[in-house]
Amino acid sequence: MYRKHPAEFFGRMFPITVTGERFGNDMETIFTASIIQSAMELGCIYALVAMALFISFTILNIADLSTDGCFTLGCAVGAVVTLTGHPILGLLAAMGTGVLSGFITAFLQTKMGVESILAGIIVNTGLYTINIMVMGFSSNINLFKCDTIFSMVKAKVEGIPFLASWYKMIIVLVIVIIIGILISIFLNTRIGLSIRATGDNPHMVRASSINPAFTITVGLCVANSLTALSGAVLAQYQKSCDINFGTGMVTIALASLIIGETLIGKGSMLRRVLGVILGSCLYRFFVAIALRLNIPAESLKLVSALIVAIAISFPYMKNKLALFKQIHAARRERMGR
Amino acid sequence: MLELKNISKTFNPGTVNEKSALSHVNLHLDNGDFATIIGSNGAGKSTMFNAITGSFYVDEGDIILDDENITYVPEYKRSKMIGHLFQDPLLGTAPHMTIEENLTLAYLRASTKSHQFFSRLSKKDKEKFREQLALLDMGLEDRLKQPVGLLSGGQRQALTLLMATMVTPKILLLDEHTAALDPATAEKVLKLTKDIIAERGITCLMVTHNMHQALELGNRTLMMDSGRIVSDIYGEERTKMTVDDLLTKFKENVGAQLDNDRILFSKEK
Repeated sequence: MYRKHPAEFFGRMFPITVTGERFGNDMETIFTASIIQSAMELGCIYALVAMALFISFTILNIADLSTDGCFTLGCAVGAVVTLTGHPILGLLAAMGTGVLSGFITAFLQTKMGVESILAGIIVNTGLYTINIMVMGFSSNINLFKCDTIFSMVKAKVEGIPFLASWYKMIIVLVIVIIIGILISIFLNTRIGLSIRATGDNPHMVRASSINPAFTITVGLCVANSLTALSGAVLAQYQKSCDINFGTGMVTIALASLIIGETLIGKGSMLRRVLGVILGSCLYRFFVAIALRLNIPAESLKLVSALIVAIAISFPYMKNKLALFKQIHAARRERMGR
Repeated sequence: MLELKNISKTFNPGTVNEKSALSHVNLHLDNGDFATIIGSNGAGKSTMFNAITGSFYVDEGDIILDDENITYVPEYKRSKMIGHLFQDPLLGTAPHMTIEENLTLAYLRASTKSHQFFSRLSKKDKEKFREQLALLDMGLEDRLKQPVGLLSGGQRQALTLLMATMVTPKILLLDEHTAALDPATAEKVLKLTKDIIAERGITCLMVTHNMHQALELGNRTLMMDSGRIVSDIYGEERTKMTVDDLLTKFKENVGAQLDNDRILFSKEK
């Protein structure tokens, strides 16, 4: 990146406030509708993983580290089935394998006495080989020549002005909203309440005739089916599948989750699920900003790590700052007297 | 009816930390029996409760509840029949869930049909919860949507009591459930406990460090020491007994003074 005058740099960051001829030429390269649009599309797709972590990490209080592998599993299974000409079946098949993966993680920790973090790592490691096998012992597949849910819809809306450019957005939005509503309904059913209680107070759960092994299993199966679905949608969206698609997915989803929770806070399940979706879109927006600032693509993981660290520590630092101000004010008052 | 037949439990067997927590405990409780339990720290009172609820399996002996041998029945299945309240009011409720959600979980014990797994809270359920909360007389009936974490210790313990008895348990285990509350609240929770037990004739075991309670409440007083039940006082002997008699009896049976400050303080009411 060539060096820019600071004013120009800030002009790039805040294109809306800085108008006029000075930055006029530069403005077009900043946030075009298409960049925001694709950030939102990706945000919705990855929101499914964030929702999965919402169930496993926030609700069940389990750090499910099989997320990376499970995401790629969804990608791979979704892609392979899509190649046979059944894109919708591909999504469902991916969810099915996600359930299976979640079941194995849960089985290891509830029936075999493996520590939950370790169970995730073990499954994640095993999945790498399985994913390669699913893709026919190659590290990537492309879907350029076959139908996807996106190409199917595209063929239908060709020529209609608005739909022709926004159809992808609408598809992912419909998927993510349907899943979001289903999840928030699920978490308010009796089984959903049991799952929430398992993460909240295991002591009480056992005293309420709920089998924690069962609730953990159901929770992880649901969570991982969402992770895999996200992978399958992404594979169709990008018309390809790569063994490395899932790398770092835990961190990214966690960032989205925490951003959403920091913004929305506590409340009803639906509100919190919507917060997670919002968080995921915002995260993609941050990444888009980073990309527009010409941060090289290789540094993106570092950027995500920073975003996660900042998002997680933000509420804590805010309290600290308030306390610091209070102490400072008290001290000044004492001095004044 | 609860029957403990010769149950024993040793923790860390074969190590320097070996501790015989329960040794050959025998107990028979009839339906509607309400026994208080006293004993020094480490006498095995809580361990006996944990053996009954199934947080561990006993090394030997049988546990029989209502003619069903539950010695090897897993904890979550037993909890359908057993209500258990702890000293710590935080243990019995899920803090981040609302009052009505907590009550729904307690209500789960009533229903085993799988289709109810996916059912949600109905208006009728909510009305029922409201009625039952009103009985506590703590104003909780208007706070159904609030997370339990916002309640005071006494309110949480009262709620836990309600949850434990929502579906009448075959036996109710009270492990010093009022000890962590301030005197006024403790009094209130204790009164609720008495009312609920009397009203439904629940079989109950209650650990207490208050000698007056030990004699006043229920129809039997059990004395525990070193993992054994050393004395079982009931009937006429119990009605005539004073707190001083009880302490003397303890000294006779155990060969030592009660070592617990709280017990000595509670002697004078």
